[in-house]
Amino acid sequence: MIDVLNLILVAMVLGLAIWAIAARDAFAATVGFLVYGLLLALVWVSLRAIDVALTEVAIGAGLTGALLIGAASRLRKVQASGDERPAVLTRVLGGLLAAAVTVALAACVLWLPDPPPTLGAVVAANMGATGVGNPITGVLMAFRALDTLLEATVLLFAVIGVWSLSPDRFWGGRAGPAHRSDPDGILAWLGRVLPPIGIVIAIYILWVGADEPGGKFQGATILAAMWTLVIMAGLADVPPASRRVLRLGLVLGPAVFIALGFVGVALAGAFLAWPAGLEKALIVVVEIALMPSLAVTLGLLLAGTLQRPSR
Amino acid sequence: MDATTLFGLCAAVLVGLGLYGLVVNPQPLRKLIAFNIIGNGIFMICAVIARRGAAAGFGGDPVPQALLITAIVVAFAASALAVATLLRLHEETGSTSIAPEAPADAGRGSGGH
Amino acid sequence: MNATIELLSIAAIAAGAFFFLAGTVGLLRFPDTLTRLHALTKADNLGLGLIVLGLMPRFDSAFAAAKLVVVWFLVMLASAVVSQLVARAARRGDLPR
Repeated sequence: MIDVLNLILVAMVLGLAIWAIAARDAFAATVGFLVYGLLLALVWVSLRAIDVALTEVAIGAGLTGALLIGAASRLRKVQASGDERPAVLTRVLGGLLAAAVTVALAACVLWLPDPPPTLGAVVAANMGATGVGNPITGVLMAFRALDTLLEATVLLFAVIGVWSLSPDRFWGGRAGPAHRSDPDGILAWLGRVLPPIGIVIAIYILWVGADEPGGKFQGATILAAMWTLVIMAGLADVPPASRRVLRLGLVLGPAVFIALGFVGVALAGAFLAWPAGLEKALIVVVEIALMPSLAVTLGLLLAGTLQRPSR
Repeated sequence: MDATTLFGLCAAVLVGLGLYGLVVNPQPLRKLIAFNIIGNGIFMICAVIARRGAAAGFGGDPVPQALLITAIVVAFAASALAVATLLRLHEETGSTSIAPEAPADAGRGSGGH
Repeated sequence: MNATIELLSIAAIAAGAFFFLAGTVGLLRFPDTLTRLHALTKADNLGLGLIVLGLMPRFDSAFAAAKLVVVWFLVMLASAVVSQLVARAARRGDLPR
């Protein structure tokens, strides 16, 4: 029974992937990719990776989908030359290359080592020392905390990269196009009603992430979505890039993370080593500091380059 | 065939499909979607390895699963940077393609590493 | 869980799945944006409601079942707003084709 469901799932995922690659219209391909992302979350559930499924729905399908739909709809208006087809030789060589890589990867999958190597037992043996109950959170915040710190830093660099693409005359200005909507319309209504609910859910997801699937990334994505909704409803504007509060908000999470990492040097003998007895408290402090920073970062990445002067 | 093998083979096909789209399609937006599909295939192989490593009462090895979360977030950051770049390219050149001029021409549409 | 509740649960989920199917057929078959919206919103909201209703007795805790109701409420809110927006865009002729 489960196998039949998995087979249907794989067929749908592959079908939508082919659609996203081969559809003639870029907008239709993007919509297909969005649905594909949602189905991918079901694959993660089937592989017992619930935390990954939550992240996929929030970021892989949600934010990436919004990003690509926005880009596709902006390019759509001008897409007269969208019908170009690559030369036959290119397609044949591309197909051969893709087939070769697929066969090689499939062979690797079929000959994966047996018994499979795992760090599960090591994680289980050391979970008690972290004070948290969700093994994923334990890995993200204790065993591989350096990865998580670097990830938060990468997001920050991505924002700087996106801003750097802006034309010089808008430097320090506001990101994305201006949004206006009917102040009595349904979008403005949703922009007022939904954010309080979304903020509560984001905090819940962060809090429950200590012991169950959830965490700061998923919570931050919900916050970023609420922020974007308010901006799209025209109720508030993106703060200009020169605003100091915005820049402080961006670096707050990584800064707290690095500072507490040095606390570890002083008290536990290594960077990012949590001192005994304080593990859970410090992890929670870092997560609480990271979530708003991640939300602002993700929201700004979605908004894109600076396109308007600050006044 | 068990579920991990099925999804593993699905992942291999996804990487192939994405690679084909990345090489063949001249539009940067389509290349970006294809690149994301390659990434998803690699993530899926990672999740299969995690699922095979189920131990100590966990449904999967938590270390690769946690790295997957990191990977998905970083992939979004890279996509955002790519979208900003292609929208700027479009603003500067008015083109939605990186193929050489004259799209109907039999020129090579590949490129873009 | 006793047999009656089990049976009702299965019946509700099956009915919900049927409404999803009907809504999707409508989405694919109906001729224009407004009728497609009609098929989608009516069938999908009822279908999701029935599936939520059918899944609720399968949870151990009332808290988990309540979370499911919150999910249903949020989907209703989102689909109501989105169909309004799509319908308005369609009426103004903003949609391509």
